[in-house]
Amino acid sequence: MSTLLDFEKPIAELEGKVKELRHLQNGSELDLSEEIARLESRAAKLLAATYAKLTAWQKAQVARHPDRPRFKDYVAELVADFTPLAGDRAFADDAAIQGGLGRFRGRSVMVIGQEKGADTEERVRHNFGMARPEGYRKAVRLMRLAERFGLPVLTFVDTPGAHPGIDAEERGQAEAIARSIACCLELEVPIVSVIVGEGGSGGAIALAAADRVLMLEHSIYSVISPEGCAAILWRAAEKAPEAAEALKFTAQDLLGLGLVDEVVPEPLGGAHRGRQTTIRAVGEAIERHLAELSGRDGPALVAARREKFLAMGRPTEG
Amino acid sequence: MNWLTSYVRPRIRALVERGTPKPEVPENLWHQCPSCERMIFHRDLEANQRVCPHCSHHMRVGPEFRFKTLLDEGSWQRLELPKVPVDPLRFRDSKRYTDRLKEAQAKTKAQDALEAAEGRIGGLPVVLAVMNFEFMGGSMGSAVGEAFVAAAERALASRAAFVVVTASGGARMQEGTLSLVQMARTTIAVERVKEAGLPYIVVLTDPTTGGVTASFAMLGDVHIAEPGAVIGFAGARVIEQTIREKLPPGFQKAEYLLAHGMVDMVVHRFQLRATLARLLDLLLRPVPLPAPVEPVVATPAVEPVEPVADGEPG
Repeated sequence: MSTLLDFEKPIAELEGKVKELRHLQNGSELDLSEEIARLESRAAKLLAATYAKLTAWQKAQVARHPDRPRFKDYVAELVADFTPLAGDRAFADDAAIQGGLGRFRGRSVMVIGQEKGADTEERVRHNFGMARPEGYRKAVRLMRLAERFGLPVLTFVDTPGAHPGIDAEERGQAEAIARSIACCLELEVPIVSVIVGEGGSGGAIALAAADRVLMLEHSIYSVISPEGCAAILWRAAEKAPEAAEALKFTAQDLLGLGLVDEVVPEPLGGAHRGRQTTIRAVGEAIERHLAELSGRDGPALVAARREKFLAMGRPTEG
Repeated sequence: MNWLTSYVRPRIRALVERGTPKPEVPENLWHQCPSCERMIFHRDLEANQRVCPHCSHHMRVGPEFRFKTLLDEGSWQRLELPKVPVDPLRFRDSKRYTDRLKEAQAKTKAQDALEAAEGRIGGLPVVLAVMNFEFMGGSMGSAVGEAFVAAAERALASRAAFVVVTASGGARMQEGTLSLVQMARTTIAVERVKEAGLPYIVVLTDPTTGGVTASFAMLGDVHIAEPGAVIGFAGARVIEQTIREKLPPGFQKAEYLLAHGMVDMVVHRFQLRATLARLLDLLLRPVPLPAPVEPVVATPAVEPVEPVADGEPG
């Protein structure tokens, strides 16, 4: 584990001691096994206790953890014969949004998602998962292609937001996002979205106006970053933890508000401590939802998807 | 005298009355143009549709103004807009969201940042939805989203064109992700209008940014922008901070969007109504109205008939 979040440090300390004792044990006659077991159980308890009541701000940090599985990891594990497709056919290929054809549990699908990149070099290349208009236009192209061949669309959402820049504005960032949302909502094939990390604002919903929107347990999905919100409403960036709380952007909050359909549990200590387990859980959840959606015809899918979104935030009857 | 009454006097008054509550007299009779900074007498400003007579700067105006200036006189009435649950997140920053809402409602005498009316433009049926920047920066939360959906539904029911005048800073942060999903909800409303074969026209006014631009404001069949209006996705300050560069002159202005292919035309406020009327006429009356029926009478060969001067063309 390369990156430690602040609140993980006491856990890491205990785990470090366990390691040290194990090392000592090797070259010594002393029996340290009791002490090791004691510390191990303390570390496990602390981890469980910490993750059982993460604050919204802590969840934001977990959601952005650099070791968290990303688009490429999900595709490598869940999609066979992945065949990346590139370009918006108008201007460029945007590495912030990846996509292509592949087989998920045997069936052909179109997979699309933001990729943040694993190390500094990759992050720069993928622009930290912040797409430009050509990224959203590529997404639209791939969704339409999927529709032509009756293939379900899977999207993995993980972005701080759409790229704010002169070039992006010049080429119609807003229009590109609007078209992408509209495309999701018109699509006559099933579309399942998973918010796997950070679901940042318009750049996220551009790929998440879906039949089913799933969220990983410690992912977030927000109209604005807690830092941005604090800067505007509190006029103080250090109020980000308060803003995080107020924005109610955790998976649990959003499930309660009826804005997402399911929360996919992460292993204890977050996805970054159990990458394979997390990816498998996501795969199983997608499979379940795809099975429910398959067999419905295009217009029925569109109608149900629209009804679902139109019902959001409306007063509940009775 | 203008500068005396409007500038010097208030200044002196402010000096003298510092600390005492503001007197309940009407605000200045003079307005300063935020662009050229010249003073304009309020009546001149109203007569000029709140366009600066000196530099043509288009000032922000609200729903009532748009209803009156865009819809055929006497043809329209306001739509009653749906109620939505208030403050679903119980949001509180330095102030409670409910208090901010009450202040905005008191200031604007409106329920929220979008109002709609049904009427006619050039005789053709129209539902006109107008955003109000005075109401919490025109931000889009559930109330705006729901009002937009309701207005679009009315257009469907009445087989009317749907015209939207935008002015918004974007999504309403105080409603969190609920405001984000309004981007999807309003988009669905637009799709339904379009699928019904009805025109959807967007008039972009100053300012239109964020989640509003990135949803229904950029999905029009035709995009009209008012001169000088700031239109964009990311705020200029955010971009400047991100790229640490100065922004090009005219960046995100209506004319810049026209040059970059994002709007069809930039139209002066004086021509807005006529432009909408012409567009709707072209879209909805593909065949010209039949010419006034002339009585088919066998022309008597005796004398030419003087045309009757009734002066009422069809």
